[in-house]
Amino acid sequence: MYRETEILQQTSPGIIGETGEFTINVGPQHPATHGVLHLVITLSGETIKKVEPHLGYIHRSIEKMCESLNYRQFIYVTSRMDYLSAHINNHACALCVEKGLQIEVPPRAQVIRILMDELTRVASHELWWGAMAMDLGAFTPFFHAFRERESINEIMEETCGARLTMNYIAPGGVVQDLHPDFQRRVKEFLKLYKRKIHEYDELVTGNIIFQNRMKGIGMLSAKDAISYGVTGPAARGSNVSSDIRKIQPYEIYDKLEFDEVLETGCDSFARYMVRIREMQQSIRIIEQLIDNIPEGDFQAKTKAVLKLPKGEFYTRVETARGELGVYIVSEGGTTPYRIKFRSPGFSNLSVLDHIARGSKIGDLVAMMGTLDLVIPDIDR
Amino acid sequence: MSKELLKFRITELLPTATFDDSGEWLNVELTAAEWPTLAGALCKDSHLALDYMFCLTCIDWKTHLTMVYHMTSTSFRHSVVVKVKLDRDKPEVVSVSKCWRTAEFHEREVYEMFGVNFLHHPDLRLLILPDGWEGKNPLRKDFEDPINMIRL
Amino acid sequence: MTAKQNTTSDFPGQIEELPGGGIVLSKLDDIINWARSNSLWPLTFATSCCGIEYMAVAGAKYDFSRFGFEVARATPRQADVIIIAGTIVNKMAPVLKRLYDQMADPKYVIAMGACAISGGPFFYNTYSVVKGADHIIPVDVYVAGCPPRPEALLHALISLQQKIKAGLTREQIRTGKE
Repeated sequence: MYRETEILQQTSPGIIGETGEFTINVGPQHPATHGVLHLVITLSGETIKKVEPHLGYIHRSIEKMCESLNYRQFIYVTSRMDYLSAHINNHACALCVEKGLQIEVPPRAQVIRILMDELTRVASHELWWGAMAMDLGAFTPFFHAFRERESINEIMEETCGARLTMNYIAPGGVVQDLHPDFQRRVKEFLKLYKRKIHEYDELVTGNIIFQNRMKGIGMLSAKDAISYGVTGPAARGSNVSSDIRKIQPYEIYDKLEFDEVLETGCDSFARYMVRIREMQQSIRIIEQLIDNIPEGDFQAKTKAVLKLPKGEFYTRVETARGELGVYIVSEGGTTPYRIKFRSPGFSNLSVLDHIARGSKIGDLVAMMGTLDLVIPDIDR
Repeated sequence: MSKELLKFRITELLPTATFDDSGEWLNVELTAAEWPTLAGALCKDSHLALDYMFCLTCIDWKTHLTMVYHMTSTSFRHSVVVKVKLDRDKPEVVSVSKCWRTAEFHEREVYEMFGVNFLHHPDLRLLILPDGWEGKNPLRKDFEDPINMIRL
Repeated sequence: MTAKQNTTSDFPGQIEELPGGGIVLSKLDDIINWARSNSLWPLTFATSCCGIEYMAVAGAKYDFSRFGFEVARATPRQADVIIIAGTIVNKMAPVLKRLYDQMADPKYVIAMGACAISGGPFFYNTYSVVKGADHIIPVDVYVAGCPPRPEALLHALISLQQKIKAGLTREQIRTGKE
């Protein structure tokens, strides 16, 4: 019998435990769970005693599948893992393969990749903002967020050919050169964005109800964040410096000027402000690069069939959610022997139980929103 | 800290450790019996301060299993990779979830995918696979599922 | 199927002008089908990447509320159409079946994306993916794409509306035979 059937049978009112606790299910089909996450929450009245995530409702066995795909094919499956930062996922896999083959990527390709990365990061944070405001009951920010996201999607569609799972990266560079109108479109987007960014503060950030729902909720200390392996904006809201773009810069991030956004609040509002400011930092990076795209090749010369030498290769990149690690163990063939994707959501989710204990069930949604979970990334 | 200093310090904590310098980070190779002593020391030692474990996984070489732990220090920014060799028929190793809380979920995943038994783990059961998959370890190399897996 | 020029706003029937007003002659089935097709409420069911394109269709640029899909209900008891956006895996399959059973008749199903049609990119060498949502529940409209463009999903919604008006959905065929 499936576990959710057992748990459902426990929720009838006649079986309230002696301590007055009862168990409810949130999900797997629920508008606030951002995917298919099943939470089994033990409550005493409205206070949460324990949150237990049940995963696996979107487990597509990607790691097993990648063992039978060759090094050019497996990249395209990974863009379905954390589909909101699809480009960054592809980038991580390409970097790992290039590390193994010791390919030098031409500067034009590096700049194009970083531009696309930062645009993806802005798009992902936009969707996070809209979805989180919708979870808390405000429907209007959702439409504002999607307006910006549609502008970015149009740029992606013109250049890469797809709106969401744009498989634009190959080991060695990018698949095809930039669209000739790319610079103009990105500059138009930047102008539009700067005109509209104040709306976010007026609509949501400065709203007194929103602030009361977020301040003081979901406290996560820095020591716990490191121990639980939390990365990304969720850790930076607790003053843990964890931006891979600063710690272990890849591509040309060490030559760019941007700040790592840290907040000391440790609560949900701090994590929220980290993401809002990260969007502004990404715009800063895009502005630095958009006029300085070097000429040259967009792809290094590689063989058609790639064979990594025997050994192990690990790459760390910073996605919109945190640190993604790609670990390839190769035995010298055309397919990897073992691939492991260290996904940021997996560790971020493990801290949900820790921060939710003792708070009310209405605050759980705010906490999950600020952790920014994308469930296919967790289940792989 | 450079690789030599790390090697020196780790040999002080555990004299029987063997090393492999060839990759990007220092690789320490141990057996399952030596791991508990080193694990506690690595996270508490003030010179190493390896407080952030960023990857915990297992590899199935067809003769044995290897647990791979990737750790780094948030204060010193050095990284160490520990590889623990396990017996394939009865893979057992002590859980490190007391030192690094992130290991709770990662070890549950390795338990269900590879069948490794983690001793003293607070809650070892299936995480991602549905009920009824105990004992079937999908990521092992000898896993066969003729009904679901359609081979290309 | 779409031989007639009926647009979605045409009321089915013949209008007879008489002194003192007019009367409309129509079949009751046509009127019921017209009313049902113009107000289908989808269930919020998105498992993976296609869910984001589904949300984009709900957004302001590709707006599906102009076709009547205004209110996306979270509970299956109040929904008419379930848009399966995303991969269905073995663990999720009983949940999908339970949601479908909870929906009240008449109910319709749209399979969005390659994963819901046939397993999609996860067809070969996976041990946990259901190779097509129609192994679980009967599907009326299939939308191809990975993920399908929002216009493709809008075309699917309009096709579903036309199918309902023509009386050719699985639901209507099944109840017609009884």
